[in-house]
Amino acid sequence: MKPPPFQYHAPATVEEACALLQSLDDAKVLAGGQSLMPLLNFRLARPAHLVDINRIVGFDRIYERDGGVAVQALARQAAVEDSEVVARVCPLLRDAVRLVAHRVIRNRGTVCGSLAHADPASELPAVLLALGGSVVVVSSRGGRVISVANLFTGVFETSLEPDELLAEAWFPASPPQSAIYEESRRHGDFALAGVVRAGDRLALFGVAPTPVLADPSDPARGLQPSGDLEATPEFRVHLLRALAARAFAA
Amino acid sequence: MKVNGADRPAPADPRRLLSDHLRHDLGLTGTHVGCEHGVCGCCTVLLDGAPVRSCLMLAVQAEGHHITTIEGLAAKGSPLHPVQQAFHETHGLQCGFCTPGFVMSVVGLLARNPNPTAEEIDEGISGNLCRCTGYASIRRAVQRAAELSRQ
Amino acid sequence: MTTRWFGERVHRVEDDRLLRGQGRFTDDIDEGALESYIVRSPHAHARIRSIDVTAARAVPGVAAVYTAADLPFGQTDLPILIPHPNLTHGRTQRCLASEVVRYAGEAVAFVVAESRAIAEDAAELVEVDYEPLPVVITPEVAARAEHLVHDDVPGNVAAEMKQEVGDVDAALAAAPHHQRLHFRYERAAAAPMEARAVWARWSTAEHKLTVYDSTQSPTSIRGGLAVLFGLPEASVEVIAPDVGGGFGPKIMLFYPDELLVPYAAMTLGRPVKWTEDRQEHFTAVNQERAQVHEVEVGFDGDGKVLALSDDFIHDGGAYTPYGIILPIITAGQLPGPYRVPNLRVRFRDVYTNATPTSPYRGAGRPHACFVMERTLDAIAAELGLERAEVRRRNLIQPDEFPYDVGLAWQDGNSVVYDSGDYPALLEKALHSLGPRPTGDHVGMGLAMYVEGTGVGPYEGAHVQVLVSGRVVAATGIPSQGQAHATVWAQIVADELGVDVADVEVTSGDTRRFAWGVGTFASRGAVTAGNAMGVAARMVAEKAKQVAADHLEADPADLELAGGQVRVKGSPQRGMPLGAVAVLSNPVRYAFGGGTEAATQFTARARTGPPLREGEQPGLEATGYYSPPGSTWAAGCHAAWVRVDPRSFRLEILKYVVVHDCGRVINPMVVEGQIEGGVAQGIGGAFYERLAYDAEGQLRNASFMEFLMPYATEIPPIQIEHIETPSPLNPLGIKGVGEAGVIPVGAVIASAVEEAFGVQITEMPLSPLKLFELAAQSTSASTSTSTR
Repeated sequence: MKPPPFQYHAPATVEEACALLQSLDDAKVLAGGQSLMPLLNFRLARPAHLVDINRIVGFDRIYERDGGVAVQALARQAAVEDSEVVARVCPLLRDAVRLVAHRVIRNRGTVCGSLAHADPASELPAVLLALGGSVVVVSSRGGRVISVANLFTGVFETSLEPDELLAEAWFPASPPQSAIYEESRRHGDFALAGVVRAGDRLALFGVAPTPVLADPSDPARGLQPSGDLEATPEFRVHLLRALAARAFAA
Repeated sequence: MKVNGADRPAPADPRRLLSDHLRHDLGLTGTHVGCEHGVCGCCTVLLDGAPVRSCLMLAVQAEGHHITTIEGLAAKGSPLHPVQQAFHETHGLQCGFCTPGFVMSVVGLLARNPNPTAEEIDEGISGNLCRCTGYASIRRAVQRAAELSRQ
Repeated sequence: MTTRWFGERVHRVEDDRLLRGQGRFTDDIDEGALESYIVRSPHAHARIRSIDVTAARAVPGVAAVYTAADLPFGQTDLPILIPHPNLTHGRTQRCLASEVVRYAGEAVAFVVAESRAIAEDAAELVEVDYEPLPVVITPEVAARAEHLVHDDVPGNVAAEMKQEVGDVDAALAAAPHHQRLHFRYERAAAAPMEARAVWARWSTAEHKLTVYDSTQSPTSIRGGLAVLFGLPEASVEVIAPDVGGGFGPKIMLFYPDELLVPYAAMTLGRPVKWTEDRQEHFTAVNQERAQVHEVEVGFDGDGKVLALSDDFIHDGGAYTPYGIILPIITAGQLPGPYRVPNLRVRFRDVYTNATPTSPYRGAGRPHACFVMERTLDAIAAELGLERAEVRRRNLIQPDEFPYDVGLAWQDGNSVVYDSGDYPALLEKALHSLGPRPTGDHVGMGLAMYVEGTGVGPYEGAHVQVLVSGRVVAATGIPSQGQAHATVWAQIVADELGVDVADVEVTSGDTRRFAWGVGTFASRGAVTAGNAMGVAARMVAEKAKQVAADHLEADPADLELAGGQVRVKGSPQRGMPLGAVAVLSNPVRYAFGGGTEAATQFTARARTGPPLREGEQPGLEATGYYSPPGSTWAAGCHAAWVRVDPRSFRLEILKYVVVHDCGRVINPMVVEGQIEGGVAQGIGGAFYERLAYDAEGQLRNASFMEFLMPYATEIPPIQIEHIETPSPLNPLGIKGVGEAGVIPVGAVIASAVEEAFGVQITEMPLSPLKLFELAAQSTSASTSTSTR
């Protein structure tokens, strides 16, 4: 289908973007668009306003800071995949990005966009959780840091206020024993279940409304995954146990 | 925006998808629309040299960028681009609907990785759907394209 | 210069334009057309209390909004395309529903506007007051008939048909071994990459309706539009331009848009176009594959089948526009390549509140193959025999042709296999498959099939040699990627002794060729190909007649080769084909291109009138081929498969196809058809399904959730072939379009069953399904052991 009508805004600076988010009612940020555009094309999302941040220059840096990697809002997943900094400091992030959809999607999709979108089956929120990272959000009221423990609040829900923009994600350096495994139906599909190991921390995705930390010795404890066309809750738990065992086998 | 090297205007309506703008406003119907969900790959074009889904971009977002469509690979009357030539040699197309999207994806793939292994080829073309060929001849096309590009 | 093109791997003439992005698919055509959108029922079954389009009509940019009340044909039922005496309760829908909707996706209103986006905006303002009615989903529920899809169709049964060969009850009673088996196939979708599209223009000045339609039968659409709008056929032109895949849904004819778009063009005075989007395509376009089979088989201790009874229910969907061809094909193809001396097959075609069903590549054959192959595997399991051995003992032998199966076939004749070598297919496949790979959870898949191809009634072709020496040819049936233009050019080039590159083929355009049936059921090469051969031979004969006068030779001593007509054995005594074309049309006024040679003051070859009695000017001919019956292709697929015991993923380790489609015109094209068919089969066996819920809602109507395989899911396929020529047509060819897909379900099922140790009786499979089957069989064995 074709997108429903909306007012289109293309701010040139972060300040402009924040001002728009504050003044507009019912606005959505358009970054990579690889999640939002399908929703618009299905007419499942009908925001009155689109704030396209792609014009903002210098908002796409990937750099080392505080013993980890900072990824700004417009850094494309492909750039993170190819980044020498990421490969050196946080190879777990690179491995995770390689599992996101297909390269062509990663050419536009952003890491921060994936975090803000908070799809329970996506890899990057779980990587942030496993590493214990955080995000920097900005608005006209100023900036603040949200640690990952306080970021993901539900299915497609974060603790961002409507006028806040996710400006940067910080991923601590990944420890030597890090891995990400997922089970999906086809190459590049959303995971039916997935695990991220960062040292002795284990994060799960695809099995709860948000990514969750789990005990490697009993990863499924307390979980009540949902069912869908390709996986019942029982099947998800089964896959999860196999993936967790694989992640901690080495 | 530049499309295939020429300056072209953006549409007035911001909700016009890039795929529709290319096809119906600019008359470049070589880019095809198979789903508008970003899954099938028929709409793939190059944005500043990298493959993207044109159905997942608003046309206005292409302003200031270079778009290359299938029509931009070989000028009228000129020999086929090596990737196009390879698809022809290996019978890598049947109905031709997914073909421009595959060709553009492969152009992007070989630009990054001129010598892909069989696994890298599968990985590289795994974002495009084909219903006619069963992919066997497309795999051969990518290998042949890599050879031709090296010559 | 090569003189024999038949059998060569000729590269496609179609490619250059498609590779350059210069293809012309229906949605590529604009020419100032208005765009449109169909409002569809969200309910699977509901009464329509009212439809209010006032608000929609008022939207700026909207040209018209139509409901049934606005159409002169609004109360006309769309045609039943293939009537049949057993279709006692056939029902079709109307262009736009106004009283009852019977499937989610049924068309209710048609919005025409300056752009598709505006049409969609306006469509949201169309208010339809629905009163939901009970929904009937799945063939089993339909057969129980607690609720009816059509009030006047008792039991939800559109048709019932029973056929028997021999005496099944007696043979079953006498058989030393029996099995009862239950098989189930779920709905599946063809999903071509190009969804459907229609573009139409009415020219008052020329009194002509021109329609571009992504259809598999332009001649049928043209006939239907002429009848519906009361126009002479010559006033209606229908063209199938480049079509992005057909696979069956596009041979369903008279979808509502195929009438609405031309009608709107005629009434609004501007061209109108309609392009389906992918989400809509899932429910708007016909589906297939749902059947449930109850089988009883009697066999002896050697594994020979003595009697087979199959009672099946076919899910026809909400309406039966395509008649009962699908279950007839399933019934007719049930015994496959095997001898079944006593056979009874009965089917009921039932209504459900879902999209109507009509052919999707395979068209009922995959089910028949699945039933027969799984039954043979069950026999092998019970007797402890090798599965290949059971097949060997039941195969029809090479000296038994023609073999009359005794069942009805889809062309009104009966099933008679004309030629084949089934044992050779089996042995070659097993040999190519090779030894079992090492490792756990590995199973062998094996299945054989026959395929009735090349069905009639006929096709025609026009072939003409131009004064330039180039050849143009045309036929009525369109292409969706099968390389027809190349393959038919090979046939014509052989007859006329010219280069393939000098033959230009047009197809699917009623302006160029107005007679014909359509592209479906693996018939294009056999019917249109042979028609091309007939027409080209007529042209060759005429060329010899015309040249004979000028070369002072007997036509019988002439041959066509190297672009010339020349004397056999004296190649220097010849003339170019173009010159013969010139001479075939005596003219008064030369107009260049060598035509001065045909004017009245040049040396004449013979006395008498320039055109003999009964002769026509020009080096052209129109020829037809009408098959006496289907010609039967066959094949064997074999595979090694592994099922991962933890993730239940499918790994196809090796996949081998040995096929027989008679004489092969272009091996490259045949391999492409098979590779594509197998991929579709793998998709249908393990990835794709149509997830309808109990309310008749399709839960996965998108490419995110309808899982068509990518390259990463499809293994390399090894293809070999044998050729048993068809005795039924001059070229000796058989069709191959559907061959790749027919046995794949049976192959995957049998391989998974062996790899996994769980009985597989349904399609499709998935990791989830295997997980649940494993859990069931574990609990079953647990409960047994605790008794």
